[in-house]
Amino acid sequence: MKFALIFDIARSLMLARFRQTLIAAIGVTFSITMFIALLGFMNGLNSLLDGLILNRTPHIRLYNEIKPNEKQPLLLSEEFRNSYPFIHSIKPSGGRIEIHNALAIMAELKKDNRILGVSPKIVSQVFFNSGSVDITGVINGVDIDQETRLYAFNDYVIDGKSSDLKLVPNSIILGKAAAQTMMLNIGDLVQVTTPTGERMQLKIVAFFQSGLQELDKTQSYASISTTQKLMGKSNNYISEIQIKLHDMNKAPALAKQFAEIFNVQATDIQTANSQFETGSSVRSIISYAVGITLLIVAGFGIYNILNMMIYEKLDTIAILKATGFSGKDVNRIFITIALTIGIFGAVFGLLLGYLSSYGIDQIPFETEALPTIKTYPVAYNISFYVIGGVFALVTTYLAGFFPARKAGRVDPVVIIRGK
Amino acid sequence: METPALAAKNIVKYFSDPVTVKVLNDVSFSVNRGEFVSVIGKSGCGKSTLLYILSTMDTEYQGELYIDGENMKLKDHSQLADVRNEKIGFVFQFHYLLNEFSVLKNVMLPALKLARLSHEEIEFKAMEKLKLLGIENEARKKANQLSGGQKQRVAIARALINDPLIIMGDEPTGNLDKKNSDIVFDIFKQLASEMKQTLLIVTHDQEFANKTDRIIEMEDGAIIRQ
Ligand SMILES: Nc1ncnc2c1ncn2[C@@H]1O[C@H](COP(=O)(O)OP(=O)(O)OP(=O)(O)O)[C@@H](O)[C@H]1O
Ligand SMILES: [Mg+2]
Repeated sequence: MKFALIFDIARSLMLARFRQTLIAAIGVTFSITMFIALLGFMNGLNSLLDGLILNRTPHIRLYNEIKPNEKQPLLLSEEFRNSYPFIHSIKPSGGRIEIHNALAIMAELKKDNRILGVSPKIVSQVFFNSGSVDITGVINGVDIDQETRLYAFNDYVIDGKSSDLKLVPNSIILGKAAAQTMMLNIGDLVQVTTPTGERMQLKIVAFFQSGLQELDKTQSYASISTTQKLMGKSNNYISEIQIKLHDMNKAPALAKQFAEIFNVQATDIQTANSQFETGSSVRSIISYAVGITLLIVAGFGIYNILNMMIYEKLDTIAILKATGFSGKDVNRIFITIALTIGIFGAVFGLLLGYLSSYGIDQIPFETEALPTIKTYPVAYNISFYVIGGVFALVTTYLAGFFPARKAGRVDPVVIIRGK
Repeated sequence: METPALAAKNIVKYFSDPVTVKVLNDVSFSVNRGEFVSVIGKSGCGKSTLLYILSTMDTEYQGELYIDGENMKLKDHSQLADVRNEKIGFVFQFHYLLNEFSVLKNVMLPALKLARLSHEEIEFKAMEKLKLLGIENEARKKANQLSGGQKQRVAIARALINDPLIIMGDEPTGNLDKKNSDIVFDIFKQLASEMKQTLLIVTHDQEFANKTDRIIEMEDGAIIRQ
């Protein structure tokens, strides 16, 4: 039987009960709107918070850990070959924290097509001396170009230019909070002392503000060569290799692999920051749960309205059946009504959802801690719209299913005789 | 011999609510093509009940029903719906129109369902039927804006739209005045003689019945004379 006729009849029935139909559609619209706005906002917030840490964290870090030698001299002795030694008070030995052959490892890693980028890093404890104050801090020797490319370093530079780190010899980028404590400005010199007693005057070329006070007070950045010079090391001294992957989820597996191949320690981002993952997924689950609850409530609205409509239209159903429409046709008419309500509700809901996401996106949201954020964060993920749309249709279909089945089973004789 | 348009064999119908009563008791008869038959009997003798069974809407009965030679017991609900759509035109005791639609659309719906003609052809044909019954001027009105008699004539037009094999009517002229009742009778008569359509009409109007080809008289759920 032609769909056009089914649709024509469905439309007439809906127009005859226009207000109820409209209210049902508005229910769907409202819940889809909320669903989209909520998910967009929650996920915007998620990626903001993730970005705060995860975007700036390498997916895999390769380094050497100071730890006791696994091959203690006793084990090499012939005499004790067949015994099980208990050794007390082992101390770490060979305090070499640089990665052996770092440059060769990096060259090798750069060829791997699973890797987005590789950057070297030297980390050292330092003291900043300004006047009579000494502040403990950390100096990070970095390749500033890679740092900008892979970890959005420039997002957090609030004064000065990070690229000057390469251009100005013996330069440093300080955290805003540390600079404020020491009353330093761009262009000033700051004295840096390493734990081994080396000193150097470094010129401040920029300030950064990460949003995490703890980092802003202690961290600083200099070029690899400046740091090597400061520490009195040769130019192949690199204490850490940072890797960013194309697919973050491969990090744990690759970390293991690299640790074995290159004989170094390797940590993946998931292990290092598991609490962030958990927070993000809990927020997502909450927003999906709320959105879907709203849709189910809207579904019950449709269910009620269809049931009422069927009750009112028993005569119509009976006469349609008497003149040759089958139960299946009648069933389809009411499913069509439900789906039409669902489609209209969903389309307007998605539209309004987008508009309210856009609206939230315009609300100013400025905070000291987040220099790059000017308005509330909102994610415009196409998958929210797809999920919202599909779920609206599924809900309305289910809401229409039972009333439609009931309508399809109406016995015309009972109705006609009842008059 | 030609297959009868309709044949009922030993039809028995019980109602079991609140107590079991036998409303139809062993009803057997057949109607040939082009025959104009009326059914008469006292109120409550089971005429409407019989008609619902013959129209395939009521499937809970014992006995057999053949329409155009086909056994209706062998068909499922949607096949029966197709039989109603194509072969049976039904006019109810209380004219039943769809208030959501215009008069014209009401008449068109069974033909749209049958989908043998184009929309325009169906509309044209529906107008013809309305003209036949003298209500073409009401075509664009909503069904609930008509008088009782007008509604009944629309219902007759709708029963005719698919040129069914059998037209069944449960007091189709019950709400009509003498003049319109005569018009409807003439139309029926003409359909039977010229179009070879079969008519099975329940009526209380003895005069109407006397003019038909054959009268089936019922009493207490059984045929006493035919
Ligand atoms: N649903 C039902 N349950 C029980 N008994 C019923 C039911 N419908 C009808 N009856 C009974 O069946 C009998 C036949 O009813 P039916 O409607 O066929 O009479 P009728 O001959 O059409 O009468 P009328 O000329 O008044 O229309 C009546 O006695 C009625 O009370
Ligand atoms: Mg009756």
